[in-house]
Amino acid sequence: MEALALSIRLALCVSAILLVIGLPLAYWLAYSRWRGKFLVESVVALPLVLPPTVLGFYALVAMGTRGPLGKLWQTAFGHGLAFTFTGLVFASVLYSLPFAVQPLVASFESVDRKLLDASAVLGANTLRTFRRVILPMSVPGVITALVLSFAHTVGEFGVVLMVGGNIAGSTRTVSIDIYDHVQSLEYAQANHMALVLLAFSFIVLSIVYGVNRHIGRRVWSPWPAK
Amino acid sequence: MAGEVNAAKLALHCSVARQNANTSSFTLDVSLEVSPGITILFGVSGAGKSTLLDCIAGLLRPDRGRITIGADTLFDSETLVNLPPQRRQMAYVFQSLALFPHMTVEENVAYGLADLAKSQRSTRISAILQAFRVEPLRARRPAEISGGEQQRVALARSLVTLPRVLLLDEPLTGLDAQLKSSIIDDLRVWNAAQQIPVLYVTHTRDEVDALGERVVVLDRGRVVSDGLPHEVLDVPRRNTLAQSSGFENVLDATVLDLREADGVMRVRLGESASEIEVPLSYAAPNDRVKIAIRAGDILLATQKPIGLSARNILEGKIIALEQRGSIVVARVEAGVLFTVHITPGAARSLELAAGKQVWLVLKTHSCHLVSE
Repeated sequence: MEALALSIRLALCVSAILLVIGLPLAYWLAYSRWRGKFLVESVVALPLVLPPTVLGFYALVAMGTRGPLGKLWQTAFGHGLAFTFTGLVFASVLYSLPFAVQPLVASFESVDRKLLDASAVLGANTLRTFRRVILPMSVPGVITALVLSFAHTVGEFGVVLMVGGNIAGSTRTVSIDIYDHVQSLEYAQANHMALVLLAFSFIVLSIVYGVNRHIGRRVWSPWPAK
Repeated sequence: MAGEVNAAKLALHCSVARQNANTSSFTLDVSLEVSPGITILFGVSGAGKSTLLDCIAGLLRPDRGRITIGADTLFDSETLVNLPPQRRQMAYVFQSLALFPHMTVEENVAYGLADLAKSQRSTRISAILQAFRVEPLRARRPAEISGGEQQRVALARSLVTLPRVLLLDEPLTGLDAQLKSSIIDDLRVWNAAQQIPVLYVTHTRDEVDALGERVVVLDRGRVVSDGLPHEVLDVPRRNTLAQSSGFENVLDATVLDLREADGVMRVRLGESASEIEVPLSYAAPNDRVKIAIRAGDILLATQKPIGLSARNILEGKIIALEQRGSIVVARVEAGVLFTVHITPGAARSLELAAGKQVWLVLKTHSCHLVSE
């Protein structure tokens, strides 16, 4: 159960950070008219197609004692970043970024532009328009983003294995734990953990689809529309 | 409040040009002064009315030009001034109204008053809700009130900010005439006290009549007419041409002279000596035009008519008569060949026959200018 608690702690941290990063990033992606925007969109979507091991490999290189991020961290805090919980958080944020950003972009884009015009004419600046109009009308998108990034972080394996290693209480998450049990032929324990994860994932996705259904339109789903 | 008093009674000057980015169908090129009071911007849809309002509000950027309120410059392509919409102190009611669906009526109206102290804010909100008769709805959401009520709320939300200019983009579309005129009355009462320039966009004639103020007619991005409704619209220079289909008579004609005061122009039909009077249009003397007249709109007389209001009486001769079902089709040579529809009973009692001398009577407004 230590592994499950760790996974949940990691997922909470990652979802919170992703919300902070995701809101401005998604706003920019939804409303910027910059021609090179598609490049940024591609970078954000990369974790969807890259094998987690590739992402994890580069994250590990960056966080190693000779990597740029690792060096910076070492100078600032006196210890390395690789194979620590913090390092895991960094890598997971990258890995789950599209799952937070895409539902946010979709719901920001669905807000009627005339409402934004009306807000501006009524004297509101960009921040006030975002706070009072765009965000309240994007609540389902925000919930979807939070739930998906939480669930996706709980379920990750490859990145954790590459970056975190397998340190009990610090980087051994549920998925690693299951892998360990299987390696040691402890199928009962593996099954126990796997069932917990299966039930959890089902509940999470039910919430997402339930919210979408309640709103009456598809905010975001893992399947392409039509 | 001193600033607000000073800010009132200032005219809006706007001289802008903008190439339409998507469709190069026309270039908006308008120079307009809007004095305090209601000015109607009239034109068919696609004439550039909304584009002009968007430029004035700062939602679209003109290619060049200048927009000022009094001595305050909002946009100037020369000096690179371009105030964002939130700093223009304007009110803009969209055709879609754009009420915030997640807010109550009161929250919607309070939206533009963020900078005001709380006590002042609630006084202002209550006053405007009463002025537009939506006080009892303050806790409802836009989806829970009727279309007319939504329109009143949208007006109240815009006007509560004490704007320097009010832009209205067909705000009363879809309301019945009675409701329309009651809202217009409330708007007029409000503006009698405020005296700001109001630019009211519409394409319906009944709203123009209900407002009865200065009308500026916009067509394909340009101001084509400017004056009081009866000056501008009762003597319409019909620019939107009728389709020639459905007219039995489509005649070539040459413009002789324009009589703007009467709202008519005289044309000569074909190469003949026959002259008739038709509604004034965008044409100059010697222009070649096409006149369309329905066969059923032409009266036929066997004696020269006198004491008629119809202005066009042409003498001619029946060439042929043919009964088709319940109508008789007469071909009449009167300088040019006319087709006239009459009832069989009329044909009998007038004893019409080929070769008989007749007079054709055409009302001026039965003569339509058509495109090729």
